[in-house]
Amino acid sequence: MASTDEIRRELAEIVNEIAGVPAADVQLDKSFTDDLDLDSLGMVEVVVAAEEKFGVKIPDDEVKNLTTVGDAVAYIERAGG
Amino acid sequence: MTKAIRTNEQVREAAIRGIGGYRPARAVPNAEIVERIDSSDDWIRTRSGIASRRWANDAETVVAMSVAAAGKALAHAGITPDQVGCVVVSTVSHLYQTPSAAAEIAHILGTDHAAAFDISAACAGFCYGVALGADMVRSGTAEYVLVIGVERLSDLTDQTDRSTAFLFADGAGAAVVGPSEEPAIGPVVWGSDGQYLDLIRQREEWREALFAPEGPRIPHLVMQGNAVFRWASFEMAKVAQQAIEAAGVTPADLDVFVPHQANMRITDAMARAMKLPDSVVTARDIVEQGNTSAASIPLAIERLLETGQARSGDLALLIGFGAGLVYAAQVVRIP
Repeated sequence: MASTDEIRRELAEIVNEIAGVPAADVQLDKSFTDDLDLDSLGMVEVVVAAEEKFGVKIPDDEVKNLTTVGDAVAYIERAGG
Repeated sequence: MTKAIRTNEQVREAAIRGIGGYRPARAVPNAEIVERIDSSDDWIRTRSGIASRRWANDAETVVAMSVAAAGKALAHAGITPDQVGCVVVSTVSHLYQTPSAAAEIAHILGTDHAAAFDISAACAGFCYGVALGADMVRSGTAEYVLVIGVERLSDLTDQTDRSTAFLFADGAGAAVVGPSEEPAIGPVVWGSDGQYLDLIRQREEWREALFAPEGPRIPHLVMQGNAVFRWASFEMAKVAQQAIEAAGVTPADLDVFVPHQANMRITDAMARAMKLPDSVVTARDIVEQGNTSAASIPLAIERLLETGQARSGDLALLIGFGAGLVYAAQVVRIP
């Protein structure tokens, strides 16, 4: 199972590819919308890419709870990514 | 045993032989819309790619726009209306249950009693129509089939709905499908997924809307944007890839990608998911035209030809997807 930082790094690559945000900015305490400037459509893209990358399922109901990068990493860890 | 039935003689190939569009005269920039939906030009552009859209006036009816687009497509194909064997019209905004728009259009164009009918396949309608037309030509059911996608979505749009008011627009696009020496319309990959019928739909049926206790109202289109975005961007990329494979080509063989002009973000996400090479020109007619549902693909092809971004003979991937949900994709040669 991947470490917290490995998951964060891979998630950072995804956010970089989709939104052009420098991967180094994608830290656990950053908010997807407020700090990384992702809108809801960008968030959908990140979620789908994360599902494929980590082999997890992130239901729509859960997505709205994923405010920060740390929230997403923790969810992926719990889901067994 | 009774006498055998005679069938059409031979199977032959089919091609799109001509394309034509009609864009309503009135351009409506984002500035005219933002106040009603408490939005901004920047928000609409970022969310959809749309800078301006076309809305039809009272004279620009579904039939009138279709006749104009069809006339251009027939001229492009170099045929006369009497050669048309069937008229297929895809629309969700011809507000007559009956008679069909197709029969009236066939008559006004001056066809020689062409078969004519409407189909309801929303934003996939043009690709559905091309698939039907190609099969009719191949089997000899018709020599030339006129396929029209036409919408006046502004009639069905709630102008105060933040998720749709900036999106939907009006216009018509037509294609002539006819016989060809070479195969020029690949196999259609199509289907439906009715479990998602609530994602894009009219809010209620006409009977409920007309007899509502508070008075008659239009049963507006409603859409769950994020869910549609997810389905369209990722599931449709898979369908598009299947259509490429079914045609026996690869993404690198494509010259142009003409997805239904639903939303620029969907187009971009789909192209990314499909890993389309940069050499493939992607249609972006939505910027000035908005989302015209069944009309968007032929309008986008017409624009690519007019601007020189696509040329006759180019290999194009078409994919339509929308309310139902329904979808259809095929690889074709640009006429």
